[in-house]
Amino acid sequence: MAHIDQSKIRNFCIVAHIDHGKSTLADRIIERTGLLTSREMQAQVLDNMDLERERGITIKAQTVRTIYKAKDGEEYIFNLIDTPGHVDFNYEVSRSLAACDGAILVVDAAQGIEAQTLANVYLALDHDLEVFPVINKIDLPSAEPERVKEEIEDVIGLEAEDAPLISAKNGIGIDDVLEAIVHRLPAPKGNPDNPLQALIFDSLYDSYKGVIIFCRLMEGRVAKGTSICMMATGAVADVVEVGYFGAGQFIPCEELSAGMVGYITASIKNVKDTAVGDTVTDNNRPCKEPLPGYKKVNSMVYCGVYPADSAKYPDLRDALEKLQLNDASLNYEPETSIALGFGFRCGFLGLLHLEIIQERLEREYNLDLVTTAPGVIYKVHKTNGEVIELTNPSNLPDPSEIEYMEEPVVSAEIMVTTEFIGPIMELCQERRGRYLGMEYMEATRALLKYELPLNEIIYDFFDALKSRSRGYASFDYELKGYEQSELVKLDILINKEEVDALSFIVHKDNAYERGRKMCEKLKEEIPRHLFEIPIQAAVGGKVIARETVKAMRKDVLAKCYGGDITRKKKLLEKQKEGKKRMRQIGNVEIPQKAFMSVLKLDEN
Amino acid sequence: MKTEKRPLSIYVHIPFCARKCLYCDFLSAPADEQTKEKYVRCLTEEIRQNSTAFGEYEVQTVFFGGGTPSVLPAENIGDILKEIRQDFVLNPEAEITIEVNPGSADLKKLRTYRDMGINRLSIGLQSAIDEELKALGRIHSAEDFFETYNNAVKSGFNNINIDLMSAIPGQTIESYRETLKRVLSLNPLPKHISAYSLIIEEGTPFYENTPPLPDEDTDRELYKITNDILKVAGYHRYEISNYAMKGYECRHNKVYWKRGEYLGFGIGAASLIKNVRFSNIRDISEYMETLDYSKIRTDRQELSVEEQMEEFMFLGLRLIRGILFREFEENFGKSVEEVYPRVIGKLKEQGLLTEICDEQGNRTGICLTQFGLDVSNRVMAEFLLT
Repeated sequence: MAHIDQSKIRNFCIVAHIDHGKSTLADRIIERTGLLTSREMQAQVLDNMDLERERGITIKAQTVRTIYKAKDGEEYIFNLIDTPGHVDFNYEVSRSLAACDGAILVVDAAQGIEAQTLANVYLALDHDLEVFPVINKIDLPSAEPERVKEEIEDVIGLEAEDAPLISAKNGIGIDDVLEAIVHRLPAPKGNPDNPLQALIFDSLYDSYKGVIIFCRLMEGRVAKGTSICMMATGAVADVVEVGYFGAGQFIPCEELSAGMVGYITASIKNVKDTAVGDTVTDNNRPCKEPLPGYKKVNSMVYCGVYPADSAKYPDLRDALEKLQLNDASLNYEPETSIALGFGFRCGFLGLLHLEIIQERLEREYNLDLVTTAPGVIYKVHKTNGEVIELTNPSNLPDPSEIEYMEEPVVSAEIMVTTEFIGPIMELCQERRGRYLGMEYMEATRALLKYELPLNEIIYDFFDALKSRSRGYASFDYELKGYEQSELVKLDILINKEEVDALSFIVHKDNAYERGRKMCEKLKEEIPRHLFEIPIQAAVGGKVIARETVKAMRKDVLAKCYGGDITRKKKLLEKQKEGKKRMRQIGNVEIPQKAFMSVLKLDEN
Repeated sequence: MKTEKRPLSIYVHIPFCARKCLYCDFLSAPADEQTKEKYVRCLTEEIRQNSTAFGEYEVQTVFFGGGTPSVLPAENIGDILKEIRQDFVLNPEAEITIEVNPGSADLKKLRTYRDMGINRLSIGLQSAIDEELKALGRIHSAEDFFETYNNAVKSGFNNINIDLMSAIPGQTIESYRETLKRVLSLNPLPKHISAYSLIIEEGTPFYENTPPLPDEDTDRELYKITNDILKVAGYHRYEISNYAMKGYECRHNKVYWKRGEYLGFGIGAASLIKNVRFSNIRDISEYMETLDYSKIRTDRQELSVEEQMEEFMFLGLRLIRGILFREFEENFGKSVEEVYPRVIGKLKEQGLLTEICDEQGNRTGICLTQFGLDVSNRVMAEFLLT
C-alpha cells in the first residue's frame, strides 16, 4: 500500500444546532467528492437507520472517507465524522470531536445561533479543534447572513468574515466549503513509529465480524495480527481486519497509521468491551498512558418496558439483547409488575434515547410495548446509613426508614428571543428551577441560565418550552450533581387497588397537582365498566385526589336491519378485540394507552 | 300426502327515500323516477333469475324495507310481489310487511297495498313531537302520522307496527312520555311497537356534527319507561327493542334471531341459506347494469360450526325468552356448557344472564336479565368463539 502523506488528511466533523442542515451538508460533501453519484445518493447518507432519516436526526456517530481533488491539484483524504446532534448523546459527541482535528460550524442564516450551536461549538473549542463557520440556507427569504456573521463574531468570537455562504439543500457554495476544509483545517499530527494509541469513538456489532471498533489513531500503527488491548476495560484481542469507511460499507486495507480514521475488527463479542472513549493500544508495546477524557456513560433516565402481550416477554428480552450489542448505553434488567407482568427496567441516556429505543423495539422487532413513566435515579439515604440508588419507585423503602432523599440536578441554558423571556422564566419556576442569570446575546436574544431538577425536564419540558416560545426557544443541559429534596411517592389506586406501574416519585409540593391530573387523565382513558370505578391518588396511604368512572348503564346495538348479521358481528368482534388490548387490574380493564397517556399531563 | 316444505323468508330492499334523515346510515337515497322505475325492473329480474333451486321451500314472510318503500308507486310493489308469487311458493297465510313513512302513503296507496295481499304495515313515526322530528331531519309532522295511521286502519290493516326512537336530540323524559301517550291513545292500538334508541353511526351527518344528546342516565331512563308503560298497555317485550300484543310478534324479524333461512333481493340485501351468508353488491349502477344476477352476490361466507354456534347464542339472546339448551344440542350435538364452560357462569355472576327453568324446576335455557338487556353488547361479545 502506498504510503499515506499525513499532510493530505483532514479529519473533521460538522457541528450545528438541530435542523440547521448538518446532515444535508455532509451529503453534499460526499456527493461532490465523488464517492457517490447523486443518483446513488439517498438523502442523508450518513443517517442510515430508518429512524434517523425519518426524524431527521443523527443517533449514532457515522463516518465516511472521501477523496477530494483540490484546486491546488493535490488529492486530499477527508474523514468526515458525523456526530449525534442531541443533548442526550453529549458524551458521544465529545468523543467524536476528540477524533477530529477540525470542525465546520453550520449556522442557519435565518435563525442564527441557538443553544446547541453554542454548546457544540464550545465543546469543539474545548477539544482544541480548529473551527470555521459556514452560513447555511442563504436562499431562504428570511436569510440574514450579515446579521448571523456578526452574531458569530460577537457571541462566539469566531472570525466569520470569510464564512462560506451556502445552501446545502440546493448545492450552493459547496466548493467554497471543500476548499476551506483543505486550507483552514489542520492536518493530523502523530508519529506512526510510536506505540499504538487510538481513540474509540464508536462501535458497532456485526453478526459476522463481531464488534467493529471505529477509531482515530493518534500515534502508532495497527494491522492484521496486532494484539490489541482496550485500556479501560482491559479487553485483549487479535486484530482480524482493519480498514476505512466507504459510504455505507467497510473497505479493508493493510494498515492504519497515526492520523488516520478507520475501523478494527478482532472477533470481539461484546460492545461493552469497546467502550466509547477508551484507548486502544498494542498489547505487546503499550503506550504510556491512555488518551484523556474517558468516562463511563451512565443512564440518566429509567422506565419500565413491558410487552403489551405478556407472551412476548422472551421476544422483548431477545430484542433488548440485540439492541444492546449496538448500543452500550442501553441498560436493562428484568423486573415484575403486578399490573404489567414480566418486563424490564431500562436505563437510557435521556428521553430521546428512550423514545428511540422504544420505537426501534416496536418497528424493527415488531413488539407492542407498554412503558411506565420515566424517572431518574434518586439517592435514598436510609436511617441505617445505607444509600440506595432508586430507579423503580416501587422499591422505595418505607418512609420511616428514610433519612432523606437526593435528586439529580442539571445546569440548563435556554436561548430565547426577549419577548418570551417572561413565559420561559415562568415555566422554569413551575419546574422548580433555580435562576442563575441571564446574558443578552444581542438586543433581541438572551441566554437564560437555570438549575433544574432532572425529573422536571424528562417528561415534556422540551415540548412546553417550544409551545411557550412559539418554537423559538432552544435548550441544552448537563448533569450538575445531586441535591437533597423533599420527595414523596405518589400512588394511584384503581378500584381501591394500587397499580404499581403508575406510581412515581414527585416533589412534595407538586404531589397534589400531579395526582389530580393523573386521576383526571385516567378517568378519560378507562372505559366505563358494569360497575363504578374510583380512581385515587395517594401519598403515604393518604388519598389526595379522586375521580370516578361511572358505571355503564347501556350498551345495545342499533336497529339490526334486513338481516345484516355480518355487520353486527363485526361490531361485537371489535368490542372483543378492544378487550384484548386491556390490562386486567383486579376486575378493572385498563387500556394499554392509559399507562402512556399519564406521561403527558401538561398538554392543554 | 303433503310434504313438509322448508320455510323461507324474503327481504326486498327499496333503497329510495324522499330525503335522507340526519341519523340514517342505511343504504338509501333520493332518486329520480327513471332510476326508481329501472331499479324495480332489475329487482324483478333478480327475483326471477335467483329463484331457481328454491323448489323445496315455501315462503312464510316477505318484508319490503328501505329506505322508504312507499316512495314507489304502489303498482311497483305489486309487480315485485307478483314476481315473487310467480317464482316461489308463497304460503297463503304468509306475513307480508311493507315499511311506510307518514305522508308518503295516502288512502288510495294503502288500499292498493291491502288489495295486493300486504297484511302488515310498519310506520316510521320515531317521535310524536314535531321539534324532535325536525331535529332528526324527518320530513313529516306528528299530524301526518295520525292521518296515515287512520287511513291504514280504514284500508283494513289490522297488524301495524310503529317505530319509536329514544335519545333524540332535545328529547326529555316528559316529551318521550308524551310520545308514548299519543301512540297509546290510538284507536285501535297498534299491535306492535319497535323502540330503538338513537345510535350515532359513522358516515351520517350526525356523526360529523353531533347535536347535544340526552345524557346516558336520561337515555337509560327512557329505555326503562318504554318497558314499564308498554307493559301496562298490554304489550310484551319479546326482543331487546320489540314489543307486541299477544300473537303479533313480527314473524319476519324472528327469522333473523332464530337463524331461519332468508333471501334478500335488491342492493345490499343480506341472505342466509343453508348456513351460507352472502349479501348483494351495494352499488346501484352496477346492480342495474348487470345481466347475470348470480354475479351480484358477494361476501359469501360459509359458516363454520363455531360461527353457527356463536350466532345461535348472540342472536338467540336478543329474544327475551333466551336460548334453549335443547335446541342448541339438537343443532350442534354438544351442550352449551361444553362449548362455553366459563362464560355463562361469569355472566350469571355479573348479573347479566339468568337461567330459565321449566315447571319441574329443570334448567332449560338462559336469557338476559334486565341489566343484561341494557348492556347486551357486552354479553354477546363474550359468546364469540373465533
